[in-house]
Amino acid sequence: MKKGFLLLLAVFAMQTTFAQDSIKTESKFNAGEMIMHHIADAHEIHFIGEYSLYLPVILKTNNGWDCFSSSNFYHNPKTTTNAAGKEVEFFQYKDYVMYHEHIYMVKDGGLVLGEDEEVLNESVSIDFSITKTVAGMFLTILLMILIFGSVAKGYKKRGIGAPKGLQSFMEPLILFIRDEVARPSIGKHADRFTPFLLSIFFFIWISNLLGLIPFLGGFNITGTLSVTLVLATVVLIVTSFNGNKNYWRHILWPDGVPFLVKVILVPIEIVGVFIKPLVLMIRLTANITAGHILILSFVTLIFIFGQDSAAAGYGIGVGATLFMVMMNFLELLVAFLQAYVFTLLAALYFGAAVEEAH
Amino acid sequence: MDLLTVLLEASMAVGLAGLGAGVAAIAAGLGIGKIGAAALESIARQPEAAGDIRASMIIAAALVEGVALFAVIVCLLVVL
Repeated sequence: MKKGFLLLLAVFAMQTTFAQDSIKTESKFNAGEMIMHHIADAHEIHFIGEYSLYLPVILKTNNGWDCFSSSNFYHNPKTTTNAAGKEVEFFQYKDYVMYHEHIYMVKDGGLVLGEDEEVLNESVSIDFSITKTVAGMFLTILLMILIFGSVAKGYKKRGIGAPKGLQSFMEPLILFIRDEVARPSIGKHADRFTPFLLSIFFFIWISNLLGLIPFLGGFNITGTLSVTLVLATVVLIVTSFNGNKNYWRHILWPDGVPFLVKVILVPIEIVGVFIKPLVLMIRLTANITAGHILILSFVTLIFIFGQDSAAAGYGIGVGATLFMVMMNFLELLVAFLQAYVFTLLAALYFGAAVEEAH
Repeated sequence: MDLLTVLLEASMAVGLAGLGAGVAAIAAGLGIGKIGAAALESIARQPEAAGDIRASMIIAAALVEGVALFAVIVCLLVVL
């Protein structure tokens, strides 16, 4: 047991020399690019090897709407050289060019890259494509409708009676959010906000979990800033529209505070109204994305080693897989925790908005 | 000469970004360590309140970790 541990330690200690080598030489495996590719959005859901689910590309250009399958893009790779003389790969179909999952109009017969690697093609007007993240959100919504539809039907059938099946699994969770998060934080008006809090909690939790299932295409729904921005904006809107006179007076004209302190405090409070949802957004995105990057880094370890020799790849594969499984368990905890923290902070903001004067 | 200075500046930015991420990790470790220590002490003093203390500890840890992850995101933006 101890010898095995020392051996594993020795393998990891030799790590630095191998890694140095593959950075100095022009290696074909670029770890950073692979990780970013898996974090970012895509127009296909790539399961394994050659099997992908090609999602529809819906574009609005100056010539009207266009809709086709993204397989037209992915089956037409082309290359061009950039300013540094390196070959970059892009996809082309009809009048459109896709580079790094952004769709542009064709220019000079293909993709044109400028001095600083910026794209000189013009982008399409609006890109309404169903990308992987959007498909993931649809999947989350479908799961939520199925689960809660069945739970609601169960309550309608059984009334006050003992719950059975899926209902008995969801009931403790729902009661947990209502009794431990909503009611203590909001108080009297809790039932007004509880449906929203429940929806947000389960949406974030299921979205986080979808990103952790291997071979399901690697969704990164809550790890994209756009999704969390919308969630945080909704929290901001609900808080602001439900804020009573007491809430706004605490922000704009706090009482019991000398005037000079008010001059400093009020701008900070006003900025705070926007910063609090912003922080919610960044906390969720950063936690989920960091977790995905961590798990992917262990996978890239295997490939970096495997480049020099297949045996080294297999050898490191044992340790890396163990670490990866451990990180996956940690990410399961983080998935639930981040959903809980988002919901709890939203409940606290709602509670502050509807608080009566003492 | 220009190429070398440009290369030096680019790699220095990336190197310092790595250092920044390391400092963020130290800060997160210190902060959450303090929270955990306080929670453990409180549970030792009053075991009946263990549930409440555990919940507060987890919330505080998530908030502190959020701040550390801002720093990580900023360092990542420097690298990319």
